Amino acid sequence: MKLFTELYVELDQTNKTNEKIEAMRFYFDQADARDAAWAFYFLSGRKPRQIIPSKKLREWAIELAGIPEWLYLESRDTVGDSAETIALLLPNNTTVDETPLHILVEQRLLPLRTSAEEIQRTEVFAAWSQMNYSQRLVYNKLISGSFRIGVSQQLVVRALSQISELPADIITHRAMGDWEPTSEFFSHLIDPAMDSDETPIARPFPFHLAHQMDFAPADLGQTSEWQAEWKWDGIRAQVIKRKEEVFVWSRGEDLITERFPEIAAAAAQLPNGSVLDGEILPWKDGRVLPFTELQKRIGRKNLSAKILAEVPVILQCYDLMEFEGRDIRTFDFKTRREFLEKLVNNLRPEARQVLNVTESVAGASWNDLGIAREKSRVLGVEGFMLKRLESPYRTGRHRGDWWKWKIDPLTIDAVLIYAQKGTGKRANLFTDYTFAVWKGIDLVPFAKAYSGLTDAEIRKVDRYVRDNTIETFGPVRSVTPKLVFEIAFEALQRSTRHKSGVAVRFPRILRWRDDKTIEQADSLDTIYEMLDAFQNPVNVSK
Amino acid sequence: MKSGLVTLTDRGLYCRQGDFYIDPWKPVKRAVLTHAHADHTYRGNEDYLVPAEGERLSRIRLGDEAKISTQKYGEIGLFNGVKVSFHPAGHVLGSSQVRVEFKGEIWVVSGDYKLMPDETCAPFEPIKCHHFITEATFGLPIYRWQPTKFVFSEINSWWRRNQEKGKASVIFAYSLGKSQRVMNGIDRSIGRIFTHGAVERLTDAYRESGVDMPETQYVGSVGNKRDFSGSLIVAPPSAQASTWLRRFGSHSTGFASGWMMVRGARRQRAVDRGFVLSDHADWPELLRAIQMSEAETVYVTHGFIEEVVRWLNENGQNAVPLKTQFIGDDAEEEIVNTGEHE
Ligand SMILES: [Zn+2]
Ligand SMILES: [Zn+2]
Repeated sequence: MKLFTELYVELDQTNKTNEKIEAMRFYFDQADARDAAWAFYFLSGRKPRQIIPSKKLREWAIELAGIPEWLYLESRDTVGDSAETIALLLPNNTTVDETPLHILVEQRLLPLRTSAEEIQRTEVFAAWSQMNYSQRLVYNKLISGSFRIGVSQQLVVRALSQISELPADIITHRAMGDWEPTSEFFSHLIDPAMDSDETPIARPFPFHLAHQMDFAPADLGQTSEWQAEWKWDGIRAQVIKRKEEVFVWSRGEDLITERFPEIAAAAAQLPNGSVLDGEILPWKDGRVLPFTELQKRIGRKNLSAKILAEVPVILQCYDLMEFEGRDIRTFDFKTRREFLEKLVNNLRPEARQVLNVTESVAGASWNDLGIAREKSRVLGVEGFMLKRLESPYRTGRHRGDWWKWKIDPLTIDAVLIYAQKGTGKRANLFTDYTFAVWKGIDLVPFAKAYSGLTDAEIRKVDRYVRDNTIETFGPVRSVTPKLVFEIAFEALQRSTRHKSGVAVRFPRILRWRDDKTIEQADSLDTIYEMLDAFQNPVNVSK
Repeated sequence: MKSGLVTLTDRGLYCRQGDFYIDPWKPVKRAVLTHAHADHTYRGNEDYLVPAEGERLSRIRLGDEAKISTQKYGEIGLFNGVKVSFHPAGHVLGSSQVRVEFKGEIWVVSGDYKLMPDETCAPFEPIKCHHFITEATFGLPIYRWQPTKFVFSEINSWWRRNQEKGKASVIFAYSLGKSQRVMNGIDRSIGRIFTHGAVERLTDAYRESGVDMPETQYVGSVGNKRDFSGSLIVAPPSAQASTWLRRFGSHSTGFASGWMMVRGARRQRAVDRGFVLSDHADWPELLRAIQMSEAETVYVTHGFIEEVVRWLNENGQNAVPLKTQFIGDDAEEEIVNTGEHE
């Protein structure tokens, strides 16, 4: 794991894309294919399930470091990462572990999951005693299932593409779906022979991802060159029907077929050689349900008849990548959409209840579309997706053909009442905040948010928190109410689990309102009014 | 803090019997200063007593008008029967612990300190006392420094690697102390060294005080067309956000600080490399210094105060927190720079 740790350190140390690619090229040039396969596996964001719970690792580290638990916890709050805290606390060691990565993972890590605790302990202690600081860090992350590194799969693919001289899109496609990190897999991944002959039937296509529109829509030219469709807030999914089998993939490349039996059943009606792109949504009585409803389903292992009836799902289909067994990603969007409509229209009505081609919204001008967009909140959507009719289905995030034209968020002025230290980049600073609004003369917690401030502002708030702590409970501090922030969020929903009676979606800090006193913060009544406005469309659509 | 020989007031640590303050943060008649860092050296006091070894640095901070008298390490001054002496703290050039004694009761205000050897200042001197006031900037067991030699070999190889790629190396280090320690310890045969204005002035003071410094050139004096590739530039961290960096063309950035021990802190600084080099004691050094003081009571100021106090209490040492306005390593550089009106 020596070479891999060096790669980890290099990647962790630089924020320059070129240097990251260079470090990966160096690694993949040097590494044995068996090690490279695992490295690719980890770098592309996959990780084995947790092998040893971090609680156990913590206990053992505390034992070796000879410190009390509270001091470990303080240390971890400062570091913001358990694996790193443990690596920092273990007694110094300068020896270097030379075990190849694949041996380490296959023989020393994975088998430990089912071992008795005594054996786990002995193995972990032995590993720690052979490794230096950086190796322990990597090892702790792998063993606790928390390995993450600041490269996108796209970047890894770019490095491999440079080494193999293969187009990045080909490598991305080869790396989609389920695969085992073997030397055969890795050799195939960078094999210059480009025949796509024996593509595994379950393999999805890379998703085409949209950009947020950061300019006026008129800059896009004529509306006639574009299609506007509602931007749904669900689970992006790719549905595959090949050789009588159905596969449903999430954008995170998880196979989620079994979680959505309705979709699987409907997709089984599709002809072989069909691949659809769309959004899984909780849907009832012709209307989308709040996203939190979908979360209820995602969290469950077993889907009872009750939950299936309570939160039925559909797929709002919006693209087609494979038609009649043929990869049609290079066809223009207009044609793909025609094929998609044809495909879905040929289905039986029950299947069409679940697979629905998403509505295309007509508008003669951007102004018309802008007016149509006003209906977004009432419909439970986030605004429009704009898609260029002439565009191919691209790989990954691409600027130019797909744009998110979102509606402005809702905003509320709220008071900072609790703060907690952040993790990662924000470790050791109080960056995770809870905000409250007025309910009579009380401030009730309403939303948690941690993004949206500049580094300088974060430092200021951090200082404020340290100087104005009222009480400390575990990692959380309550502070004297004084700072007011404008909080933005996407949607509201009634909730009995929240003190305020509402749950907010995607809350974030819009800006610090240092011009306001806490008396000027909003009250729950304002929020209830907003809530009523969505639930009663008449109020909103003009 | 019991009403003893030294007490905490809203102006700073005060010795009533001798009528002087140590590192006061509000104007007073007589200020005894541990060292020239901004959070310990405020302007506006009537007169100052500083360690002779750090006089040049104090003068830069306090200005030409300030009434400064000096006293050498180990020499004893008398204030109304109170014996006052300076002893090396190993923190930066001229940094001192202040030892205060009256009728057999001994207090040591250690200021900022470290135990690790540092070529640019006298080594920390353990002093036995009844009452020891310690900092706790890095008072958690995650902070354990590597040998200085190791850190310098990292900095050197970083500089060399950048040089091979035709890049400049910009290292951020606090302008007083850390910058000079970096320049003293680095392999000066690698290339030319340039300094930011804030650093250059203090480096001159180090040179004049007899500390070995490599040849440096002030960036502002070399003109805009200068090619910096392959060179090392030493700058205070506050220079990072400025357009000042543009003139160096393609460059890599590094930050030399104890905070770099934690990856999150390094990412927050958004530098390419973090070098764990601190002028403050790490966890083992803090505990050792406290042990060597043999103090009955330990007062813990800036940093991880609660943590160090709790640890000491759980390990049979009488310790109490002390709320001073010293800030610690974190803010040293910002204040030094604004103080100099750079
Ligand atoms: Zn200092
Ligand atoms: Zn200090």
